[in-house]
Amino acid sequence: MLEIRNLHAALEGREILKGIDLSIRAGEVHAIMGPNGSGKSTLANVLAGRPGYEASAGEVLFDGQDLLALAAEERAREGLFLAFQYPVEIPGVNNLYFLKASINAIRKHRGQEELDALEFLERVQEKAGLVKMDEAFLKRPVNEGFSGGEKKRNEILQMAVLEPKFAVLDETDSGLDIDALKVVADGVNALRSPERGFLVITHYQRLLDYIVPDVVHVLVDGRIVRSGGPELAHELEAQGYTLYGREAGASRRAQA
Amino acid sequence: MSANLEELADRGYAYGFTTDVEQETVPPGLSEDVIRLISAKKQEPEWLLEWRLEAYRSWLKMPVPEWAHVHYPPIDYQAISYYSAPKKSIGDGPASLDDIDPEIKKTYDRLGIPLVEQEFLAGVAVDAVFDSVSVATSYRGKLAEQGIIFCSFSEAVREHPELVRQYLGTVVPVRDNYYAALNSAVFSDGSFVYIPKGVRCPMELSTYFRINAKNTGQFERTLIVADAGAYVSYLEGCTAPMRDENQLHAAVVELVAMDDATIKYSTVQNWYPGDKEGRGGIYNFVTKRGLCRGARSKISWTQVETGSAITWKYPSCILRGDDSVGEFYSVALTRDRMQADTGTKMIHMGKRTRSTIVSKGISAGHAQNAYRGLVKILPTADGARNHSQCDSLLMGDQCGAHTFPYVEVQNPTAQVEHEATTSRVSDDQIFYLNQRGIGTEDAVSLIVNGFCKEVFKELPMEFAVEAQKLLELKLEGSVG
Repeated sequence: MLEIRNLHAALEGREILKGIDLSIRAGEVHAIMGPNGSGKSTLANVLAGRPGYEASAGEVLFDGQDLLALAAEERAREGLFLAFQYPVEIPGVNNLYFLKASINAIRKHRGQEELDALEFLERVQEKAGLVKMDEAFLKRPVNEGFSGGEKKRNEILQMAVLEPKFAVLDETDSGLDIDALKVVADGVNALRSPERGFLVITHYQRLLDYIVPDVVHVLVDGRIVRSGGPELAHELEAQGYTLYGREAGASRRAQA
Repeated sequence: MSANLEELADRGYAYGFTTDVEQETVPPGLSEDVIRLISAKKQEPEWLLEWRLEAYRSWLKMPVPEWAHVHYPPIDYQAISYYSAPKKSIGDGPASLDDIDPEIKKTYDRLGIPLVEQEFLAGVAVDAVFDSVSVATSYRGKLAEQGIIFCSFSEAVREHPELVRQYLGTVVPVRDNYYAALNSAVFSDGSFVYIPKGVRCPMELSTYFRINAKNTGQFERTLIVADAGAYVSYLEGCTAPMRDENQLHAAVVELVAMDDATIKYSTVQNWYPGDKEGRGGIYNFVTKRGLCRGARSKISWTQVETGSAITWKYPSCILRGDDSVGEFYSVALTRDRMQADTGTKMIHMGKRTRSTIVSKGISAGHAQNAYRGLVKILPTADGARNHSQCDSLLMGDQCGAHTFPYVEVQNPTAQVEHEATTSRVSDDQIFYLNQRGIGTEDAVSLIVNGFCKEVFKELPMEFAVEAQKLLELKLEGSVG
């Protein structure tokens, strides 16, 4: 489903991703763990097409299509979803209106009819229940005045409503207390299906207790230094990233 | 209208066509003779001619105001024609809807303004002003049943001279300002509304102003009087052809609200703004003022200003009656080389008078957008309150937003609050919406509509939808 080959990427001229290879099949959940500054969020942003992030080498195939050639909105319409680490506020635009604009843009791209008001509302209400979001939130402006946890739940709600083929969760657990974390994880788990892939980016193993991944990758200094099963997350929790930091540092010196 | 949206967007300014109709136009130039001629054409009584001449003589002595944050070359008032009317309408003014010149009817059809009753905007009565004259007023009979007068200004002068004379110039005196004096001297037509005591006007009243003739100024005058306990909601719209020369539009609007009366006045202004380099466009120099004469009266201005090369207007409220309320809700969009200096004045005289100001300025391209507002609390206004909120949204780094709030408080019991913000349409917001499948143009209009929401919700519903569409069209291509 998602095939990343030798991906190099830079932000403001500084190379951050230094050759990523990653293959995620439909139905799989992959986790990327790594220390601060290792390039986790850069990977998420490059995949979603955020302006400023330049892929300088390599390729990304999404269902066989050259993902990097597409504009950000086209990637979204093709079914790629990014749950933001820092969701932005859009004052005056109510959540429902925004969701409707979003879902209809995606449906139009797929040659589907726009959802009528009633179908749309039913769908949103059902999904709001899934992330235990009060319906009052739907009428509030997008993320405006939301707490950190509410913003993250709103991201998961959007994901649930849009039903993407592939979702990238960028540190969705950051700033969440344990109850909010469970709600978010339940939301993600409910969406797991044989047709859908996930890339879960996190600093901590804690989230992976609730969203159990098929594969865990360790990202250090722009490279995947190790991959393994869910047990790798626990190992990292116990040992920290220091070991890999040294390895990575050593390899960098070796190259120089 | 929405079927044409794409076509409209391609053409940029969609209302830039001209109507080929035989017109009688007075040669350019301004003098007492020209004023006498206009007055004679309109078969006006002597007192009105004298009133015009007094205004003209005052205007001659007044300096051109230069305090606004706008720049334009001096206007040659002798190069403007002050009266232009479609030939067929001369003399009697609009008679019945069937008598309108088909070309003019077509013009309004193209503009989406039905002059025929019962179509599309059923429930909205329209007065159509074409250059210097009113060409049609719909639903008059139905309104007359309740004693409501809705007609062209010229007709009001003929049919209801006592009402016109009683109120004309009581809110905006002839010597009020340079452009108001000019208007008082040469005004040609406009709308007149009178709502009798205790009557709630059953439909929206609207005037649609169209400038068609070349080298002509439009100087219309609108007077709305809501007697005790009356209610009226009134809307004006405006467009003009695309021409390379600037054209002057200097209107005066006076509103009078008696005890417990409410007047809601909405404007969707879409005069031709000129081209990308700033050639042509309308100079929109307008004086609008409402007098809350009675206790508990209320005047609410809502304006969506999206056109004109230069917009220079301050719809204001004089809150004379105790417990009277003034409101001003404004969206002003400027792009390319457009300039706007707009805002309001809230003059508190009565006790416990309240005013609310919500101003949203949007600038794109090389445009300049200024909010200028005065809140004045006079010594008599015990317990007066004002809340002002002025927000500016910038798109790109070549445009400017300016806020000039003036506050004069002469009564210690007053409460005056002012909030102001300036923000940009951020790349993060656009990317967020892109990531949800929404294209950049749509993302921008979503953000801008969100920004303007507090104002749009004050517009009558059909017009709120139109205003939103208009804004989308105007923003097209303004993000790089």
